[in-house]
Amino acid sequence: MKSGKFWAWVVFIVGAAYFFIPLMATVEFSLRMRRGVHSFDAYQIVLGDARFQSTFLYSVVAAIFTIILGVLIVVPAAYWIRLRLPQLRPIVEFITLLPLVIPAIVIVFGYIRMYGSNSPLPFLGSNMGANALLVIGYATLALPYMYRAVDTGLRTIDVRTLTEAAQILGAGWGTIIGRVILPNVLIAVLSGAFLTFAIVIGEFTMASLLNRPAFGPYLQNIGANRAYEPAALAIIAFAITWGCMSLIQILSRFAPKSANRPN
Amino acid sequence: MTDLTLSNQALATKPAPPKQATAFRLPTQWIGVAPFFIFALMFLILPTIYLVVGAFQRGDGSFTLDNILQLVSDPSISSSYWVSIKISFWSAIIGAFAGLAIAIAIVRGGLPGWTRSATLTFSGVASNFAGLPLAFAFLATLGRVGIVTTLLRDVLNINIYAMGFNFLTTSGLIAVYLFFQIPLMVVIIVPAIDGLKKEWGEAAATLGATQSQYWRMVVIPVIWPSFLGTVILLFANAFGAIATAYAFAGPALNIVPIKLYSQINGDVLHNPQLGYAIAFGMIIITGLANVFYIWFRTRSERWLK
Repeated sequence: MKSGKFWAWVVFIVGAAYFFIPLMATVEFSLRMRRGVHSFDAYQIVLGDARFQSTFLYSVVAAIFTIILGVLIVVPAAYWIRLRLPQLRPIVEFITLLPLVIPAIVIVFGYIRMYGSNSPLPFLGSNMGANALLVIGYATLALPYMYRAVDTGLRTIDVRTLTEAAQILGAGWGTIIGRVILPNVLIAVLSGAFLTFAIVIGEFTMASLLNRPAFGPYLQNIGANRAYEPAALAIIAFAITWGCMSLIQILSRFAPKSANRPN
Repeated sequence: MTDLTLSNQALATKPAPPKQATAFRLPTQWIGVAPFFIFALMFLILPTIYLVVGAFQRGDGSFTLDNILQLVSDPSISSSYWVSIKISFWSAIIGAFAGLAIAIAIVRGGLPGWTRSATLTFSGVASNFAGLPLAFAFLATLGRVGIVTTLLRDVLNINIYAMGFNFLTTSGLIAVYLFFQIPLMVVIIVPAIDGLKKEWGEAAATLGATQSQYWRMVVIPVIWPSFLGTVILLFANAFGAIATAYAFAGPALNIVPIKLYSQINGDVLHNPQLGYAIAFGMIIITGLANVFYIWFRTRSERWLK
């Protein structure tokens, strides 16, 4: 048992080194812009760049719309499957796993060819349409995570009793989903939302191929042309990802723990 | 508990014929899942089918196998597939074993409690920290003027670039991809290891099993399906990844996703239909990987019963 503990420490320390050395080095590198001293020049230049601000804002807005679209698609479907159509569960689970199988670049390639400006549904014919298509593409990327988060949330509440109680009180379907079910799974939905945000914010492939002024293509441009700013951007991106994950962890403390009906 | 909702009970008490009631129910049954299925059909399934069909067509729409055959006969395309498969395979295998080792160390290794929560938090972040920023981090570390590169050169007098190190080699990319592959493995496999009940170990010990027998006959069969499933997830994850590699070398690097990216952007292969074939090949490879996963899982589940 003694040697087991020794090897556990070895594995842990080697793993920690593999992950912390690049991060430390990136921090150090990002502070080296001014010769001879450590400074935050690289961060100042990046944060002051008008293109940083506009592309970042664009991606934040895209992420928010992605989350709204994802919730509108996933919550009713997951709810209905739990309540009425459990026989559809395998099909829906299979579909939600597809985005993990079909690479993002293939999905967006399909969009470009199917929804081009000469097609019956010309999303790419207009600026707004292309923005919408990007949000749609992001929603497909987020589908596996969103569905799983919402489904886990629904498992912890008694969907059927809540629905019947609401119906007895005269609620319609819109009220039931919007004012009874959604608040109960809000924490699960928010976890899915922050994960979606982390995935979407720096996404490169879809934004670049749909030619959108998003944060990912901006990162690529800076990475190809500058020396110290990319390191600063990497640290900023890491901080954003870390922020999203911490919010998910904090939220999970508020999530209901016990399953009333384990179905 | 019956499946009748209040509205239907109200209907049922009326002397209405049951046929009318089912006719009323049917649309409400489907209306909740309709947005999901319409969305999946329009933006996931149909675009994929469109590409698959296009892979078997000439520019004028007639049927052909030329595009598919060209994947194999064109050396630049077949080699890009080969490089991609190698990178994805090895980064998945190494990532899976390294992640498993870390997971076992923090769950079963008797380390203090903070190592577990710290590792899990960090893994959650790192598994989502991919793409361009990851490439930037590695360039700042091991690039030509990176911190570790210069430290090794100035302090230990080791020039890793003179020794042939390069991000754009297969092993260089594997090392970088491990940065998100290992944490992803940790995130997924820790719950599976948590699922190993203490009683099983005790039962095995009571029956006189040695530690290695316990691992070979209990632990490995139980976590095998999740392990294998995660390996395949890691493979698909690496196979479709483009941004990290693109940040290192732009369109020059010869892996499938970058090849497809250049083809979509500028028809560099001078045959629009060939892009469909490349996409089709990617779907086939990740799809095949999943078929293997399902096959393995049903086989191992027989043993778990």
